[in-house]
Amino acid sequence: MKLTLRVWRQSGPQDKGGMVEYKLDDVSPDASFLEMLDVLNEKLIASGEEPVAFDHDCREGICGMCSLVINGTPHGPERATTTCQLHMRKFKDGEVIDVEPWRAKAFPVVKDLVVDRSAFDRMIQAGGYITAPTGTAPEAHSTPVPKPDADRAFEAAECIGCGACVAACPNGSAALFLGAKVTHLGLMPQGQPERWDRVVSMLDTHDEEGFGGCTNTGECTVACPKGIPLDVIGRLNHDYLKATAGGKKR
Amino acid sequence: MAADDTTNGFYRTGEPIADAKAPAGAIEERWTTRKFEAKQVNPANKRKKKIIIIGTGLAGGSAGATLGEAGYHVQQFCFQDSPRRAHSIAAQGGINAAKNYRNDGDSVYRLFYETVKGGDFRSRESNVYRLADISRQIIDQCVAQGVPFAREYGGLLDNRSFGGTQVSRTFYARGQTGQQLLLGAYQALMRQVDAGNVELFPRHEMLDLIMEDGRARGVVVRNLIDGEVKHYTADAVVLASGGYGNVYFLSTNAMGSNVTASWRAHRHGALFANPCYTQIHPTCIPVSGDHQSKLTLMSESLRNDGRVWVPKKAGDTRRPYDIPEDERDYYLERIYPSFGNLVPRDIASRAAKNVCDEGRGVGPGGLGVYLDFADAIARLGRDKVEAKYGNLFEMYERITGENPYDTPMRIYPAVHYTMGGLWVDYDLESTIPGLFVIGEANFSDHGANRLGASALMQGLADGYFVLPNTINDYIARNSLPPVAETAVSEAEERVRTRIERLLSIDGDRSVDSFHRELGHIMWEYCGMERTEEGLRKALDLIPALREEFWTRVKVTGKGEELNQQLEKAGRVADFFELAELMVIDALHRAESCGGHFRAESQDEDGEAKRDDDNFGYVAAWEWAGEGAQPVLHKEALNFEYVKPTQRSYK
Repeated sequence: MKLTLRVWRQSGPQDKGGMVEYKLDDVSPDASFLEMLDVLNEKLIASGEEPVAFDHDCREGICGMCSLVINGTPHGPERATTTCQLHMRKFKDGEVIDVEPWRAKAFPVVKDLVVDRSAFDRMIQAGGYITAPTGTAPEAHSTPVPKPDADRAFEAAECIGCGACVAACPNGSAALFLGAKVTHLGLMPQGQPERWDRVVSMLDTHDEEGFGGCTNTGECTVACPKGIPLDVIGRLNHDYLKATAGGKKR
Repeated sequence: MAADDTTNGFYRTGEPIADAKAPAGAIEERWTTRKFEAKQVNPANKRKKKIIIIGTGLAGGSAGATLGEAGYHVQQFCFQDSPRRAHSIAAQGGINAAKNYRNDGDSVYRLFYETVKGGDFRSRESNVYRLADISRQIIDQCVAQGVPFAREYGGLLDNRSFGGTQVSRTFYARGQTGQQLLLGAYQALMRQVDAGNVELFPRHEMLDLIMEDGRARGVVVRNLIDGEVKHYTADAVVLASGGYGNVYFLSTNAMGSNVTASWRAHRHGALFANPCYTQIHPTCIPVSGDHQSKLTLMSESLRNDGRVWVPKKAGDTRRPYDIPEDERDYYLERIYPSFGNLVPRDIASRAAKNVCDEGRGVGPGGLGVYLDFADAIARLGRDKVEAKYGNLFEMYERITGENPYDTPMRIYPAVHYTMGGLWVDYDLESTIPGLFVIGEANFSDHGANRLGASALMQGLADGYFVLPNTINDYIARNSLPPVAETAVSEAEERVRTRIERLLSIDGDRSVDSFHRELGHIMWEYCGMERTEEGLRKALDLIPALREEFWTRVKVTGKGEELNQQLEKAGRVADFFELAELMVIDALHRAESCGGHFRAESQDEDGEAKRDDDNFGYVAAWEWAGEGAQPVLHKEALNFEYVKPTQRSYK
């Protein structure tokens, strides 16, 4: 395959950055998108240019490290697929492909296509856990969980924290990420004691980190590589209202 | 012939390792005894004690969360942008625990027995018993954290069986068990960060160890964002930095997984044990082309319902469903009737290689075998199969462009997990006092072969339950004065010099091109099947390629910025040194053992032949300096409870 790539290059956070065009001749349709970028980088190194910096690690679609806005869509054109699992057979020979970093106020660009997503960690620090010190936890079978709840909790827990939801959202909101965690923990009996404090504290941190408000446009679920459904945001809002207006929060 | 004669000139033999510090007495009591004998640190004093942890996977994350909770001041480093991205997250299948929830005769003793046997009698009984015992507590702990394990309709936990076992003791969260367990540990760790007990340093890589008075007293790290080289000192250092399978270039490891932290410690005196023990996983998606950067594993749980076969006739290129039943060879069911498709990983991998070597492999290049779900779909219905394995099927389709509901999957073995690693005693302490090593980074409890669903178990056992008990004892027993300025500046200087050296070569070959070539040598000569001749050849090729690396590699950019080429170059430089040690270890071990098949050591059926009389030991290697022969220290393995027998799955 022959391709023309237009890649966002930005030497550092202070640099203005811009799109740079590269041509590739011999791309295998079986290569993943990241492997295609590896090929580009080998070519750049050979010609003495600096390779394109991009984030990636497991290349199995689960670590959430890869990002990239491809032709205007986070993780590219294929639904429910991370960039590392997107294969070049999904593109046409001779296609022009735009490659950009996540764009959101809360995700500052570090270099080229690499952005800083540590705000996600800080939201989890604000309460995205169940307080269970290591020691003698209760026997696992002593707390039954109805299967439908466990399954729904699991579906929400599948979030890989990649940030595509934020990149896709016109408001730069992280409501889907947050909703996923609040839903996962809020559906388990173990998560009940801290349920109301959790949602308030996490949402406050969300706002402090510079993420925008959710206006239910639904772009986030379209971009989500794990198919986290929009109703987790409904649960987030419900729990937040119940906690604040409903006076649940201690 | 003694092993030493055949490898004369590649290594020296040193003093044996006399004591791995496990308490004496009945195996059931040893861990209890050890915990009771350990000196405690007063809670008020814990706040003044600092522990550095490298890595945030299952082992590191759980250790950080637990030590932070205990009151220590923890500084924790990972090279990823978030601790949640550690490669433990990619483990698919499950975690074993001897809960006996299925009433199928499982017990701590059975899990212990099967793990020792599955490891081909190259692990320590004391450690493995402790692991099996703690396994039950791990499940309780994870459930308490809200890990969404699969449930039965009655609300209780579901189980399945896994390769190498005949009982259902594997707990799972669809095909994403590693992810869910890691997120549990990560969330517990984040809680400690919020509480101020753990200081987190993402996008930092450990590049050297700070040593003083023969003890590990800190680390030198590079901030991967701005390139700043910094040091941190502590009372103890914990390495939880994972395995080194990426020495093969193509593996199922994450791209960033590397050996640098362990290797830098090795060069300071930490023995490196059984480096050649690499697990080759039987169910990976086959290689498709030269562009390939990594291999993807398909969970072994697929072998519960998938049947493995190849055409009976060599060179049969018909489509799978055009091949009638009586022209198919369900070779695992044929050769191993009692275990069938669930034989352990080493057996399944070797059998796949054998049928492909006979010319009966399928798919491009003939390096693949079918994993067929047609029977399972007919028996259970497509919906049930989808509920069990849906995400794995999707992943397969995305990568290969083939739909496994309609056509069988193609699988082939690939490098997956390393059982070798830094040598540790029963306390998980390396031969450098104050340097603890946990999870895949240590030489572990797995022996020569790792059974399915046991890596997650070991990572969490080490991090949540073992290390937090033993490290207290070290800290309580040693007075650790502030670290002298010279020890710190020397370590920093070593790091800076090395970075400058890598940047100044300015050659004409990329880092990746060297890594690929090294990986090819390793897979070819130190992979699934090894011969003395091939290993000797590798010992010619590796040093020559390493020399070329240090004269021709091109590292673009500067040190004081985000520089992914520089990161890779440092890691590949260490892979070169490790690769040589792996080959020496493989050469000296003239027996077949676990995943390590020496062609010279097989029985008349072509099955691996272990040699307990000559090789019933852990090979722990000492660094003797650049260009010097490594020194072999042997730790004899004694089996009081599980008598070594030839493994048979027939």
